[in-house]
Amino acid sequence: MEAAALPISAPVRRRPSIWTQAPELARRSIKRTLRQPAAVIPATTFPLILLAINSVGLKSATSLPGFPTNSYVTFALAFAFIQAGVFAVIGTGQNLAEDNQGGFFNRLQLTPIHPAALVAGQLAGTLALGLFQAATYISVGLIAGAHIEAGFAGALVMVALVVCICLAFGSIGLAIGMRVDAPEKVQSLFPLIFVFLFMSSMSLPRNLIQTDWFRTIATYNPVSYMVEGLRSLLITGWDGEALALGFGCALGILAIGLFFASTGLKERMVRT
Amino acid sequence: MRRYFSVAGGLAWRLLHSLFTNPLLFLPPMLMPLFFFTAFAGGLSAISNVPGFDYAPGYTSFIFAFVLCQSAAFGGVFSGFSIAADFQFGFGRRLLLATPHRSALVVGYGVVALIRATITIAVVTLVGLIAGLNIGGSGLDVFGMYALAAIINVTGLLFAAGVALRFRSLQSTPLMQVPVFLFLFLAPVYVPRHLLGGWVHSVAPFNPATHVMETVRDLIAGTGTDYLATLGIIVALLTVVTVFMFRGLRQAEAAG
Repeated sequence: MEAAALPISAPVRRRPSIWTQAPELARRSIKRTLRQPAAVIPATTFPLILLAINSVGLKSATSLPGFPTNSYVTFALAFAFIQAGVFAVIGTGQNLAEDNQGGFFNRLQLTPIHPAALVAGQLAGTLALGLFQAATYISVGLIAGAHIEAGFAGALVMVALVVCICLAFGSIGLAIGMRVDAPEKVQSLFPLIFVFLFMSSMSLPRNLIQTDWFRTIATYNPVSYMVEGLRSLLITGWDGEALALGFGCALGILAIGLFFASTGLKERMVRT
Repeated sequence: MRRYFSVAGGLAWRLLHSLFTNPLLFLPPMLMPLFFFTAFAGGLSAISNVPGFDYAPGYTSFIFAFVLCQSAAFGGVFSGFSIAADFQFGFGRRLLLATPHRSALVVGYGVVALIRATITIAVVTLVGLIAGLNIGGSGLDVFGMYALAAIINVTGLLFAAGVALRFRSLQSTPLMQVPVFLFLFLAPVYVPRHLLGGWVHSVAPFNPATHVMETVRDLIAGTGTDYLATLGIIVALLTVVTVFMFRGLRQAEAAG
């Protein structure tokens, strides 16, 4: 009987658009990233430490015939950006796994959340961290004696490519994070992701890699093309092919990562 | 004495059981040195063509010395993680209550560290031999090389135990890993010391890891080396980390 007392035409609240939801979740993701210095500081400094060590440890490699530059800092700088991407996998995946563990997703199931807003929002923290890292590495690299052959415009393109790479790796983290319920499980994938990094042309150009099987793996490894895309701006100047391959690989991985993340999200958000 | 070793053995058995029944705990630390080995030996072999590179057994053997030191040191460090975890979740406090001689606990963790490093080093050696590792040294040299690895393992464990017992939290794991990582990478990892450039060239002679790594390389090559100097350095380092560990243990006891 009491139900009859309810107003007949209660105002129907429309589901907020994706453009309202995504910025809210993006703000949460960025704030969360900034509030974790224990995650931001190692992710930014560890590649710099390796850069500092490798740039002098492998300086003698520049005397190899065919080595493209006489500055190993310039050569190695590209690798620091890619390492930032690896931390993006771990950071994004871990945050998402914490959301799963903490019941955030269960609460989201009660809201009219748009799946695309959730995915975009989760990647915002990765994007912010990627921009910060790109600016830091370019600044530190230039102070350490590196040079950007493509000039200021090249630096801007480099930042764009770094952002794409971080988002690509971040989407892998997202796809993994959707499927696990404990942050430790994401952490344990760190060595596996490092394989892709090391089995590439990170330390030497592919034409100078002597071991045949290693050169073959490096040729099929998309990380090589992302490194070479960044490196082209640092060493060669404007190389359309290297840039197209670099952006192509990054965007390809991003598309695959987002596909698996969205399927994982659908499974996660099934109402029970 | 029997009770002492009974405590160490019991703890080691518990840790080994949880290690071997959980691949996520066991595999990543074992895979890391393998990745470094394949990436450096495979990807950087052209470095052996750099003028002045004069290591006769080849680049794979040169890198093997680094990977051996890394496997040994991190075998110890990862057992430090177990100490930190046990104390964070309260098990360490119960162990302290139940044990009259607390150093037996560190011996237990040390046994696990040694077994862990032995397995990793065996796998790395096998992969190395398949990939072209040349050992020019005699049987005694090879024994010396692995004995040195065992000492590095103990040193790594005592250092990590010192940190873990002070902080008694898994959040201290970067404090265990990063210094060891820096020690190793500030040694001549990719090229001999005379080919190092810049500030690493200045720092390397004062780094104990440099002398250990160079001795391992000499033992692999069988060229003879100043073993006593390296032994002196590593014994001094071992003494420092032993004091560091015991002080940490006292702090853990005082914290209750």
